[in-house]
Amino acid sequence: MYAKRLSIVLCAILAVWAMCAQAGLKIQTWTSANGARVYFVPTEGLPLVDIRVVFDAGSARDGTQFGLATLTSGLLDTGAGQWDADAIAQRLEGVGARLGTGVSRDTAWVSLRSLTTPKLLEPALETMREIIQHPGFNVTDFEREKKNLLVGLKQREESPADLAGIAFFQALYGEHPYAHPKEGIIATVEKLTREDLQKFYQRHYVAKNALIVIVGEVDKAKAESIADGLLSGLPAGEAAPALPAVAQPSASKTERKFFPSAQTHVFSGVPGMKAGDPDYFPLYVGNHILGGSGLVSKISAEVREKRGLSYSAYSYFYPFRVEGPFMMGLQTKKGQSDEALSVMQDTLRDFINAGPSAKELEASKKNITGGFAMRLDSNQKLIDQVASLAFYGLPLDYMDTFIGKVDAVTPQQIQKAFKARIDPDKLQTVLVGADGPREK
Amino acid sequence: MALLRTLGCLLLVVPLSLHAASPKVSEFKLDNGMKLLVQEDHRAPVAVTQVWYKVGASYEHGGITGISHMLEHMMFKGTKKHPPGEFSRIISANGGSENAFTGDDYTAYFQTLEKSRLPVSFEMEADRMRNLKLLPDEFAKEQQVVLEERRLRTDDQPRAKLGEQFNAVAFSNSPYRNPVIGWPDDVSRLTVVDLAAWYQSWYAPNNATVVVVGDVNPAEVYKLAQKHFGPLKPSQLPVVKPQAEIEQTGLRRITVKAPAKLPYVAMGYKTPVLHGAAEEWEPYALEVAAGVLDGGNSARLESRLVRGQQIAASVGAGYDLYARMPSLLMIEGTPVQTKTAADLEKSLLEEVRLLRDEPVTAEELDRVKAQVLANKVFERDSIFNQAMQLGTAETVGLGWQKVDEFVDKINAVTPQQVQQVAKKYLTEDRLSIGHLDPQPIPEGQIAPEDRAPVGGDHVR
Repeated sequence: MYAKRLSIVLCAILAVWAMCAQAGLKIQTWTSANGARVYFVPTEGLPLVDIRVVFDAGSARDGTQFGLATLTSGLLDTGAGQWDADAIAQRLEGVGARLGTGVSRDTAWVSLRSLTTPKLLEPALETMREIIQHPGFNVTDFEREKKNLLVGLKQREESPADLAGIAFFQALYGEHPYAHPKEGIIATVEKLTREDLQKFYQRHYVAKNALIVIVGEVDKAKAESIADGLLSGLPAGEAAPALPAVAQPSASKTERKFFPSAQTHVFSGVPGMKAGDPDYFPLYVGNHILGGSGLVSKISAEVREKRGLSYSAYSYFYPFRVEGPFMMGLQTKKGQSDEALSVMQDTLRDFINAGPSAKELEASKKNITGGFAMRLDSNQKLIDQVASLAFYGLPLDYMDTFIGKVDAVTPQQIQKAFKARIDPDKLQTVLVGADGPREK
Repeated sequence: MALLRTLGCLLLVVPLSLHAASPKVSEFKLDNGMKLLVQEDHRAPVAVTQVWYKVGASYEHGGITGISHMLEHMMFKGTKKHPPGEFSRIISANGGSENAFTGDDYTAYFQTLEKSRLPVSFEMEADRMRNLKLLPDEFAKEQQVVLEERRLRTDDQPRAKLGEQFNAVAFSNSPYRNPVIGWPDDVSRLTVVDLAAWYQSWYAPNNATVVVVGDVNPAEVYKLAQKHFGPLKPSQLPVVKPQAEIEQTGLRRITVKAPAKLPYVAMGYKTPVLHGAAEEWEPYALEVAAGVLDGGNSARLESRLVRGQQIAASVGAGYDLYARMPSLLMIEGTPVQTKTAADLEKSLLEEVRLLRDEPVTAEELDRVKAQVLANKVFERDSIFNQAMQLGTAETVGLGWQKVDEFVDKINAVTPQQVQQVAKKYLTEDRLSIGHLDPQPIPEGQIAPEDRAPVGGDHVR
């Protein structure tokens, strides 16, 4: 009903990305003069082009200044070169272009979708270039965006789901840079200064820390000139250093927090796997059976279909640069959270002990391979996949070998990989909602 | 700087000359009354099937609100031929993804599949169009699931709660006053008998439109539809009573208290929509008015209230001209921490007053039009959205052809027309205002429990 939510996206759960792509997809790639990697996929049929510049500048680079990456990214299109926020918005919207900025734990990005007609595309590219190369970080814009981010952080406290998500990452990652929410927390955002943002920008928005993906109805020469135009003015700089390793929890832990809601939100998991992990395929296919395939997966069957305990119940691996989470989740009304949590954890335990049946594995393989064409049936999906592939440095023929690798997974490999990665006795569990302990 | 900006604007706004050719839609009708719309898109070897029924929350009467949505859930629970859950397993084994959605004006089911699997989806949809088996045990569980869905989407979301109660105040007798998911008491008292009657009334080929978009051949899809849907018998459909909303003759207000951190304001003006509009240009002019307010960062609400005056932390406006019955042009926002909801309400009303008192500028209008034109092309990147548009227009009674007219009709809107509809419809007598009054959230305690992991010792 309502047209728009808070502009600051406060989803506690990370953007999902799947590491798959279409067989025979031809990615052309080269390196710009100043060291940025370029990935280009020409498409036909629609006169549009999608461009995404990705920096290794996500919230994992915040240091102790949680929220720094988010606020830096949020300032980019509020003033750049000779233009203020109004001028930037008018220039882009006057040609119907859509510019987006955002961060994940690993990345920060600036994206553009435009029609390919030169008189529409060129002004949009020029605007995007200034946003990437010459953001103003003006005082007024900084103060306003910071205040609005703080309002967003306050709104987050209205949501038991958000609070549970934040507590879950904290439980999983402790002191690791993945532990804090990517939007930051009120105490650290309040202390951020304009100079902090400028320093962060200067360090991280550099060519050697960047890649660009171009997907659309343009030729190679045009793709080259787009990449050059957007990136050649950036200093070469340095790639961001490696992130610290993730420690596995030594014992299980359960945290409960009261919230005056009808439901309790439950998350349970451990640090799972990194992008490009050698066990990716057994874990991905195995989890598809366990909790990753909607209503037909085991967790959903047990929690929702057989018992009616939750509207959604699932498990996922989120591969990050270093070990991203394996997380199971559900929500249920007052008085049922212990039962629902037990059903979910038992389902995991049984799955690890018994391994998948041949029939279950067959069904999941059929779904994954039979649905392969749908993973890249739009430019939007294409650019998402190529950007992930590029950022995590996966082989360019990854897409060509994907189906074969899924088909090769055996029940034994799945069981072995799950046993090695997930100890059901070390799960970190968070419950926020009606079933939490009230104040003393 | 200001001069520069204006100049830049004039140079950049491009007239809507390039009109990307709209894809062709093939329309078929089966002897039993079922409509089939096929749109080709050969960019990828996939196809989406959507089955749209002319039934939704706005068809419901008091006491059974939420029944369309509840039935949508039960449509996955088996037929005479397929046991519960089998549909989902079949689609999954064929590499497909599937789901369904219910709105005020429709209930729709969809599958996305590799193109050669289209028969799988047709076979299944044809089966459950007429042969659903409503099992009491399955219903009892699914009712609990839907109640959890309600808690998740509405009861525990302060703004959704305001939205629900706002609609019940803004509309006196129009069925748009009821939530799609249903009032909690109604949902928890629905029975299998109620659902069976609802299913018998509305699920029939002569109340359905099947939309297929993707890498397909329309003639072949038609043949396939004849094979699977052709044998189904049509029904005598209930007469849909108009339930026209009585005239509103004064400002309405509602306050909702809920545990929350921020105040929030929602405002809605009673407006006509395309379906049943006395003057067809009016809904398009209202669409432009909403765009002038909230068509991106350059639009008035964002540039004036978030950036300029810094009264709002976030704002939005929206209008759905594809509703079946007269609806609302909505404006909403969250004040910044130093301002109150009343301050923000005043500023929002002032922006509406300006729409009434002054014509919008040519630059603003051109920007809205440029975005509409570009969006028309962008939307075609998603076969799902293309099917959505055709299905919606057809199901609310407009006919799918309206989707194609959109760009030209928006293009024809003048500043005077925007002002005219603002004067006529964006008036205090047609307005409802809702405030969310945040109540303190008791500080929860974090209680870590280092007990052995649950599992093994629970009651089943």
